[in-house]
Amino acid sequence: MISVKKKSILGDLKESLIQKAFQTSGLLAILVLLGIFALLLYTSVPAFKEISLKEFLTSTRWDPTSPERPEYGLLSMLASTIMVTVGALLIAFPLGVAVAAYLSDVASPKVREIVKPVVELLAAIPSVVVGFIGLTLVSPLLAKIFKLSHGLTALNGSLMLAIMALPTIISISEDSLNAVPVSYVEASLALGANRWQTLVRVKIPAAISGIIASLMLGMGRAIGETMTVLMATGNARAFPHGLLQSVRTLTANIAIELGEVPYFTTHYYALFGIGLVLFLMTFAINLTADLILEKQKRKLK
Amino acid sequence: MKSSVKKSRRSFRHQLAQLVGFLMLRISVYSVLFMILYFFYDLGSKGLGAISWEFLTQAPRRGMTEGGILPAIVGTFLVTLITALFAVPLGMAAAIYLNEYARAGRLTRLIRLSIRNLAGVPSIVYGLFGVILFVNLLKFGTSILSAGLTLGLLTLPWTITASEEALKSVPDSYREGALALGATKWQMIRTNVLPYSIPGMLTGAVLGLARAAGETAPIMFTGAAFYLPFLPRSLKDQFMALPYHLYIMATQHHAIDKARFLAYGTALVLIVFVVLFNLGAILMRARLRRKWRH
Amino acid sequence: MENSHIVIPEGKPKIQVENLSLYYGPKLVLNKVSLIIPENKVTAIIGPSGCGKSSFVRVLNRMNDLIPEARIEGRVTMDGENIYDRDVDLVALRKKVGLVFQKPNPFPKSIFDNIAYGLRIGNHRSRAELEKIVEKSLRQAALWGEVKDRLHQNALKLSGGQQQRLCIARALAVEPEIILFDEPCSAIDPIATAKVEELIHQLKQDYTVVIVTHNMQQAARVSDYTAFLWLGELVEYDRTDKIFTNPANKMTEDYITGRFG
Repeated sequence: MISVKKKSILGDLKESLIQKAFQTSGLLAILVLLGIFALLLYTSVPAFKEISLKEFLTSTRWDPTSPERPEYGLLSMLASTIMVTVGALLIAFPLGVAVAAYLSDVASPKVREIVKPVVELLAAIPSVVVGFIGLTLVSPLLAKIFKLSHGLTALNGSLMLAIMALPTIISISEDSLNAVPVSYVEASLALGANRWQTLVRVKIPAAISGIIASLMLGMGRAIGETMTVLMATGNARAFPHGLLQSVRTLTANIAIELGEVPYFTTHYYALFGIGLVLFLMTFAINLTADLILEKQKRKLK
Repeated sequence: MKSSVKKSRRSFRHQLAQLVGFLMLRISVYSVLFMILYFFYDLGSKGLGAISWEFLTQAPRRGMTEGGILPAIVGTFLVTLITALFAVPLGMAAAIYLNEYARAGRLTRLIRLSIRNLAGVPSIVYGLFGVILFVNLLKFGTSILSAGLTLGLLTLPWTITASEEALKSVPDSYREGALALGATKWQMIRTNVLPYSIPGMLTGAVLGLARAAGETAPIMFTGAAFYLPFLPRSLKDQFMALPYHLYIMATQHHAIDKARFLAYGTALVLIVFVVLFNLGAILMRARLRRKWRH
Repeated sequence: MENSHIVIPEGKPKIQVENLSLYYGPKLVLNKVSLIIPENKVTAIIGPSGCGKSSFVRVLNRMNDLIPEARIEGRVTMDGENIYDRDVDLVALRKKVGLVFQKPNPFPKSIFDNIAYGLRIGNHRSRAELEKIVEKSLRQAALWGEVKDRLHQNALKLSGGQQQRLCIARALAVEPEIILFDEPCSAIDPIATAKVEELIHQLKQDYTVVIVTHNMQQAARVSDYTAFLWLGELVEYDRTDKIFTNPANKMTEDYITGRFG
């Protein structure tokens, strides 16, 4: 007859220690996210001893190395970032949703098995290579088409960013389309609608929140992308007035200036301020996309 | 009145809409495919000329207008190794917690939310974080260690997600079976869950590491060097890396035209590495799926 | 259906269940079940699906602990020890109470490693000792003859019925005192079922056996005592021959004659 009573608590202790160790690794995710925010905040605060927050957020002039009066306004770069991102999404969103719809509704399983890895491969191309292609292949082409002295423009940046955002838009949209219950599709077909009508009138509306989330995640990607825009847009500091101008985005500005700035100066802190702005923008966008996706998941369950 | 099941004019219009609609979708897909393939063709055709035994096995010479990219290849390999040593075990541990121990609740939701948001933090922001935390606060300096750890943080959300997928693919009956035989929770995980999920975890890790190896922004200010005639000898040394080298060769070089073909060669080597890693992981994944099917 | 119909079986009581209620969140799964399971006998739990019979056996080795929202009231004692006491060692409990699942669940290891699994996680034993116990367990489970030449083959290659007997051998190898069978034949064919039933019949000489089944003929064939559960309540518990020939309760009669379920 075996007794089921504990002989010692040593085993329990070991098990709970192991659990604690794993739990700590899980908690690390929260810690890193908070840590990024806290350290960016901590490092950018000293910048505002010399710069007014108003100037930082509303001035269009960024000239930290001016010997007379250094200026720290990020508005031109913010506008450039928004312009390049909007341009990229105008290209990537329709294209990405079309590819997603094709993969979920039109392609045969065999075609899907070829197209999907190629799209995955696209996601695997490093951003510096995409920037390189923008620099060497696409920008001369744009210069020729629009008769410019060089093609390193916002448009070039948008085109290359569109490529970076495409895989995200395709995969999230496709997941959402696939999550639409088959019963919806069958009901529509049974009512006499053809496959195109079913796609446009039933499936896409049912998956719309996921598709919008894919747009937002693509936007987050585009705003945060550095190397591609750095190499493709020419990086002129002026306020952007058109897609055929050279522009400098927030990310590119950090990449250009952080390497040359002396540590622990106002300029250095101000660059971390830009980083904080980037972090907050992408965080807000990603969080919203996340909430949309969670809601859709619950709805389609 | 009888309704006809023959094609009417209206249904013809609908058919036409479908035809045009599907054609548009097809054109979208083909243009995306064409674009990707053309990029690869362009890099391949222009980069192939630069690739030689010398290019792969020697350091840059004459102000980087001649010679090879060996230090960059080795540097990228080493920094990725540091990234792997840091991020893969941590990612696995976090995934084990989430999939095996965590109960549904606010804390778990918060952890998952953080992971998803970490995946969306711009890579240059990771770079800034690395500068403050590893370079300055922890005093690792601009070094291969700082860069590797920064890349490790960047990869963490991917390795966690991939590891969790792998754990989820192990059937619950293995867990219950082990517990019913008197295994403790950790014994169950160690002997009856991990052995079947580690290959999947590693596959996911390889994919994440391939992406990390191609990143530039996080290493620019944490340890990657413009030019170094030697390989890193310690964790505190700076290093050359393929992606950063490509950026330099393409935009920062004093004789850009002269160096252009070397830049193409570098881009090709980088892309071949990344593609090989990905293909390897995809094949591995396919094999694992087949293995699990019985 | 209060305590009026408690039947005290002959023989030594092995498990005593007193006023056991089980909740999954707000849902009441078992309602004040009381019964005594005798040693070295086969006790069958029957009832329509969803009546709580699988949950009932999972109470007996505390596998329900895995369900986060599961909550229990009442007492379950084995050899006089309350298994829901705070100082109970779950590992010792599950070694004492083996469980054979509804669907055969061999691990994707070799036949040998499957049987040795419970021994290896327990304490270290020599290879020779392991081999001895593996053989003994496989013989007990009437599988030795079929697999003795391929002990190192993957267990997943066995047929469904062989897999289930392997799982029985695996449970026997840790030398439990009680074996729970959760509908052990629902996923295997009739010939394999006959073998498993034969096996259960032999096992009661050394073990206390509890078997959940939705198959009434099976309960009649293999068990000494039968408990009829309906919607989480114990309707009737008695000697199997009594239940099947002269049930005291009208509902039991309707169920065993196939009028519902």
